[in-house]
Amino acid sequence: MRFMADPLSVFFLAVIGLVSVPSLVYSAGYLHGQFTRRRLILLHSLTGIFMFSMAAVVTSADIIAFLLAWEIMSLVSFFLVLFEHEHEQSVQAGLIYVIMTHAGTALLIAAFMLMYRYSHGFDFASIGVACASMPQDVRNLVFIFLLSGFGTKAGIVPLHIWLPYAHPQAPSHISSVMSGVMIKTAIYGMIRFIIVLLGVTEAWWGNLVLVLAAISCLVGVIYALMEHDIKKLLAYHSVENIGIILLGVGACMLLLTMGQTYCALLALIAGLYHLVNHAAFKGLLFLGAGAVYKATGTRDMEKMGGLIRNMPWTGALFLLGAMAISALPPLNGFVSEWLTLQSLFLGAMHASSGGYKLFLGIMAAALAFTSGLAAACFVKAFGITFLAQPRSPQARDAKEVSLSMRAGMALLAVPVVMLGLGAAWVVKALTGVAGNVLSLDTAGVSFGPNALILAPASGSQTYLSTPLIFAGLAVFGAGVVFYYRRINKRAVRMFKTWDCGYYRLSARNEYTATAFSKPFRVAFAFLLQPYRRTHKIWESFYQVRSFKYETHTTPVFKKYFYDPLLQLIFSAAGFMRRIQPGSIHLYIGYIFATVVLLIALMRKF
Amino acid sequence: MKIMMLVLQFLFLVLAAPLICGIIARVKNNLRMRKGAPVLQPYYNIVKLLSKDEVVSSTASWVFRIAPAVVLSSSMAALALVPAVIAGNSANLAGDLLAVLFIFALGRFFLALAGIDTGSAFGGMGSSREMFIASFAEPCASLAIFSLFLRSGSTNPEMLGIPGPVQVSTVFAALCLIMVIIAETSRLPIDNQETHLELTMVHEAMVLEYSGSSLAFIEAGSYIKQIVWFGILAHIVMPSAVSASSGLVPVIGSAALFGGKVLGLAVCVAFLEVFIAKMRLFRVQDYFGFAGILGLFAVISSLMGI
Repeated sequence: MRFMADPLSVFFLAVIGLVSVPSLVYSAGYLHGQFTRRRLILLHSLTGIFMFSMAAVVTSADIIAFLLAWEIMSLVSFFLVLFEHEHEQSVQAGLIYVIMTHAGTALLIAAFMLMYRYSHGFDFASIGVACASMPQDVRNLVFIFLLSGFGTKAGIVPLHIWLPYAHPQAPSHISSVMSGVMIKTAIYGMIRFIIVLLGVTEAWWGNLVLVLAAISCLVGVIYALMEHDIKKLLAYHSVENIGIILLGVGACMLLLTMGQTYCALLALIAGLYHLVNHAAFKGLLFLGAGAVYKATGTRDMEKMGGLIRNMPWTGALFLLGAMAISALPPLNGFVSEWLTLQSLFLGAMHASSGGYKLFLGIMAAALAFTSGLAAACFVKAFGITFLAQPRSPQARDAKEVSLSMRAGMALLAVPVVMLGLGAAWVVKALTGVAGNVLSLDTAGVSFGPNALILAPASGSQTYLSTPLIFAGLAVFGAGVVFYYRRINKRAVRMFKTWDCGYYRLSARNEYTATAFSKPFRVAFAFLLQPYRRTHKIWESFYQVRSFKYETHTTPVFKKYFYDPLLQLIFSAAGFMRRIQPGSIHLYIGYIFATVVLLIALMRKF
Repeated sequence: MKIMMLVLQFLFLVLAAPLICGIIARVKNNLRMRKGAPVLQPYYNIVKLLSKDEVVSSTASWVFRIAPAVVLSSSMAALALVPAVIAGNSANLAGDLLAVLFIFALGRFFLALAGIDTGSAFGGMGSSREMFIASFAEPCASLAIFSLFLRSGSTNPEMLGIPGPVQVSTVFAALCLIMVIIAETSRLPIDNQETHLELTMVHEAMVLEYSGSSLAFIEAGSYIKQIVWFGILAHIVMPSAVSASSGLVPVIGSAALFGGKVLGLAVCVAFLEVFIAKMRLFRVQDYFGFAGILGLFAVISSLMGI
């Protein structure tokens, strides 16, 4: 078992630290009074092991250490999902999670065994050498195993099924680490094993990753729009953001096979940039959602509203995170989505054939669509939760959370802003990391004329400068504020919202999250397959006392992919039962037959 | 000298922005055989609103209060990036056309939140619809930009306008962008600026609770947004910006040409609005499906080199 720290590992260690430290600060307040002392000790030790195992995953230098760390990470996070085991949902979520993650690990082990067959060594260096001399069909098989194994952990569609169940069930500071960092270790695995060790030689690898990424983006955000459980909504956004990261990584893989190393470098930088950004803002948002949960005791957005008045700090910090994830300038999500778009555009410009150009253009359009839908989703998430009037007594009586929780969130708000404003510096730092991954000499490569301005392609006159945009927005905004304060002397009167003369406008008149997402439900009906259920409660034969009206969406992936799969497994198990009738004589016969078969096989080889 | 010219251009565009709306309204009214309000009516409206007292909903929070400032400043920031009269806009060091899309998203985000903030069902309805429409507009705009990018190699708005004879791909991209612009500036058949009928309004529903100078800022923001889009489209179809150092006469000529182009677009939009009926909300995806296909045509024809 050996460990190492090359630039890629150091980068991922930094991401782990970025989210872990604030969530630990946050947990001090969040866990206060929630558990008994013994369980608290258990939770903290599990958390410690969890963070340590993630660090081990990204620093291990041989596959044994990697797998060991990977399994510890998976199991400990399973325990953490299961931690509030008195809720039935937690048990269910934990079950789905542990099955999916082990199926993923099995695929990884298969890939590693194939690699080991050629390398006869466990360390990465010898595997890297051996991978170069592997036959192509074995390489393809290894790639498929690695992609589906890591894809399960990353939560790419259709392997995402566990993510929206498992992440919300853990305590919020753990959700933030799981969504912010743990799923990123799968991205680390993809970069380390597919790009660095295996080496990308086939164009279809990159194509496959890009298509899966685009599907993950869109499916993730569409499901998030339908979701009214605030933590589940955020979990679906993790699926979406993993898709955005993989758009960068996939474009990098595709462009490498075309020999466009400069564009590939840019695409990888964009992917890594979005990775660290997502860690920051998703960590922040999960902590914010946890604060809301702590204050109101519910995760259902339809029962919230008006929280910004009682919880100004949480509200402001959640708004910042929501703006960042919606890719609004000048925050960090904007820079990385812009860079991803630019790298797709530039990749298309230099792609080898017209078909690839069109393909990459459509990928860019998918990304633009995703960011538009994400903005809509976060208008809903923030607006319904924090604005307007409270929709329930719990929301009305919510109190601002404790200092340590606010400090934890603020610690994550700082990188959200800094990674946005310091874009040129971040790109410069990431150039080294990505150059090391692609083993390029990046000494002469620069993505900008100075420390303020980004220029993805030199000589193309495409620039981006978040500090300048921020300055522009600030100057004009300050002008408006100045006008309000100094020039405009008109009175401002507070009065109730226009109620069309109804005089009893209450929270019941507000737009709900369900209503907000209705247009999307109709537009994406082909995917969501919504249906309605109306219950009539009869007063007598003639009169209906009340109606109960429900809208649901069909869980398409569960219904058409996992349920048939489960059925298949059950029927296979039923078949196996027939050859296991409980007769000891028959079993002895099986053993005898096996021994004979083995001897026969031994002779053959 | 150049900076001075650019600042002048910026101020000129800010001041001219409401005029476009006035002209469109006037053309529409004349086409309907009505006399119509004066062309300068939008200016009168803004002055009137600025001199009025303001009513703020008691259920609204600070998000509602800062939204007008965000809307106006995001529109102004986007305006600084537009290629209009002077070539070599230094502000393009801050961002490109994709950045303009995202900057507009900032203003829209806050306006949609403000719509929810008042607690009225109208506001929430408007926000939901606005975000719905905008999210579909984004991929179409990105396809159009991509098709232009394939020829220019840059997303700098100024580079996207390629001098020379108009190409097929430019025509398709422009058609796609016109459809996007119609939606973004809340015009028929997506939205109707003239209506205050509850069931059909989108943008107007979101800003229903605003009054006084806040409303003036929001209105000014949407006027500026409109001139940004018109300016970009005019530049893409027929680039005419001249270098600041080329003397006063060419600059004035360029300004006149720019005005003419934008005026022509405004008249086109007015004609479209008169002859089109409003679309059901749930047909918006079909509308943008069509725009997206135009965008794909633009990309394909650009790949074919025509």
